[in-house]
Amino acid sequence: MENLSWGGIFLTILRQFLPVWIALVVTFVLSIRLKRRLGLYGKLFDSIPGMIGLALVFFWIFTALFADLIVTHDPLAQIAGLKNKAPGTPAPGDRGWYLFGGDNLGRDVFSRVVMGARRVLSISPAATVFAFIVGCTLGLPAGYIGGRLDAALSFIANLVLAFPVILLFYLLVTPEIRDTGIPVVMAAVLFLFPVVFFTTLFNSRFHFQPFRRNLYVGVTLALGLWAWAGLAFNADPLGVFRMDPNLLNVFVSVVFVNAPTVFRIVRGLTMDIRARDYVAAAQTRGEGPWYIMLWEILPNARGPLIVDFCLRIGYTTILLGTLGFFGLGVSPESPDWGSTINDGRKLLTIAPHPAIVPALALMSLVLGLNMLADALREESLKD
Amino acid sequence: MLTFILRRVLTMILTALCLTFIVFYLTNLPPNLEKLAKSEGNARMGDAEVTGWLDKNGFSRPILLRYGEWLGIAPGFRRTDDTGLATGRCIARGTDPAAAPRFCGILQGHWGASTVFRQPVQQVIATSLSLTGLLMFWVMALMVPASLLIGVLAGMREGSRLDRALSTLSITTTATPEYVSGVILIVVFSSSLVGLKWFKGNATGAMEHATFENFFLPVLTIALYGIGYIARMTRASMAEVMTAQYIRTARLKGVRFRDVVLKHALRNALIAPFTVIMLQFPWLLNGVVIVETLFSYKGFGWTLVQAAGNNDIDLLLGCSVVAVLVVLLTQLISDVGYVFLNPRIRVS
Repeated sequence: MENLSWGGIFLTILRQFLPVWIALVVTFVLSIRLKRRLGLYGKLFDSIPGMIGLALVFFWIFTALFADLIVTHDPLAQIAGLKNKAPGTPAPGDRGWYLFGGDNLGRDVFSRVVMGARRVLSISPAATVFAFIVGCTLGLPAGYIGGRLDAALSFIANLVLAFPVILLFYLLVTPEIRDTGIPVVMAAVLFLFPVVFFTTLFNSRFHFQPFRRNLYVGVTLALGLWAWAGLAFNADPLGVFRMDPNLLNVFVSVVFVNAPTVFRIVRGLTMDIRARDYVAAAQTRGEGPWYIMLWEILPNARGPLIVDFCLRIGYTTILLGTLGFFGLGVSPESPDWGSTINDGRKLLTIAPHPAIVPALALMSLVLGLNMLADALREESLKD
Repeated sequence: MLTFILRRVLTMILTALCLTFIVFYLTNLPPNLEKLAKSEGNARMGDAEVTGWLDKNGFSRPILLRYGEWLGIAPGFRRTDDTGLATGRCIARGTDPAAAPRFCGILQGHWGASTVFRQPVQQVIATSLSLTGLLMFWVMALMVPASLLIGVLAGMREGSRLDRALSTLSITTTATPEYVSGVILIVVFSSSLVGLKWFKGNATGAMEHATFENFFLPVLTIALYGIGYIARMTRASMAEVMTAQYIRTARLKGVRFRDVVLKHALRNALIAPFTVIMLQFPWLLNGVVIVETLFSYKGFGWTLVQAAGNNDIDLLLGCSVVAVLVVLLTQLISDVGYVFLNPRIRVS
């Protein structure tokens, strides 16, 4: 087979991404048709930057979902003859082309970037959700109750924030630290927060309706503690919830770095909203403090929190890339973008494609998230 | 004002103690000490020998006591072996044990010795800090004026075409972490593929003799990430000031637009960016570590990576002390400076 020209590469890539294009078109057509009924999400389709941001983010989400259909080669398979080969080099044995060339071990750069999207998008949103739950569970009482509790929690949050992130990663994400059990302890503490959060959430709302309360809290506790045992201690009897120890280490560290910032935002918002009339009304009604925090304050703080959520997924993606860039906590085989950039940067001046493709991928995803956050902020300010 | 500063300083000292203790604890975990014993003693030591080595060198005592020792508030470890020779933490090899000081920690200026560079930690950190200082100076010299200019230009007429263009530019740079922009810049400006070859993709030469050619890319890489962020803050601040009553009054009075921006708006719009710029320092530290690794510039960030990667406990502790102090000092300056710059807070 011939080497593909740049135009040929472009067309082949367009064809490979066909499932993504179909999904994107369907999503956009449906969303624009229904935009008046979709609330804040629908309003995003009124602004061009918002639509560009959504398109970029959806592109990567669909790429992660359909990664198996898009890849042209096994992302881990090495073909010795294709080491550092230029984009468009045909693979031996009539098996298509290496669309973005081969990396220093002869793996297909295109397939690795596509698979990397799946890896990145499965970790960073989840880590951000956890950081938000931890930040809300601690930030709400700190802002609402204040006093000593606030002082103590803020001190701890500032302590974590004063740590240079990279130093923290170098201390927390090492193979040695796994033997000491510190990640498991941190995971046990951090993963307990969602269980506590949802239990209080349902209990504070339904404690006058014992049947519903018992049902919701019971389901939360059963599911939550089951997942908790599986994820933190790898002790799930059924084997549904489990996490690779390396991944657990990375995940816990990223949540740990992000949670204090969320805490500060939630605390500030709570202090602001605490003085509103509807909070006073709820207090007069005799609602409990947790009901007020979780059902009166939190829903009214959602605007800035949604914006920060988008920004924070991007930031988490950058952090994960940083970890990969320093080769911390990921297996060398892993196709995630940070470690692929790290692998490629040694031969940057001779064969730049193994590093530049994941670099552009990461940049476009974070750019999409930032534009989305910007558009959300503007649209929510319009009301 | 004075009590405010005093309270801030006390909190800062407490924070610094907590942070250094955490770093001390994490660097002195049993697996790290075992590695240290094997690299300093003998790589083929068994478990019993490792324990013996750690006992002999005072590593097996309680962590708080050792932290006190390292800090210099607990007397240094001493031990007399079978031949009557006294060794210990504070006794340098080949000196008279009787003349050695009782305390030797970082408070007394004993930072220990680096096992990677075979030099005293102070010396390693001083050299690397001076190199990083040069880098930071140029980063600041590029980043601060550029970002303030972009922010003010974008914010003075909100919603204009110039604003849209500059805002897109800054949002793009904030979405590009250093390891991405560094890679792109190297490929564009120094690889044979694009063929521009204007700059060098490696800053090793800049350590002796920094020139525009070998130093511009690392400086630009760090600055880019910050530029977007500070510019966005400045823009928001500027846009808010431009809608204020006194600006409208000035405009209606017939003051020229240029004078309104330069004389009335600018000073008030720059308070928020000041805090942001100061709080960027911890972030820049991150950038410094990435960029120095990427461009092999042997400054502070590179040293930190070497220390962490090679289990060099004393050097890593020294680096953390410096890093933590930088972060806390900038927080203090930004707090105090914010109060000082903003009369509304200063008076109350």
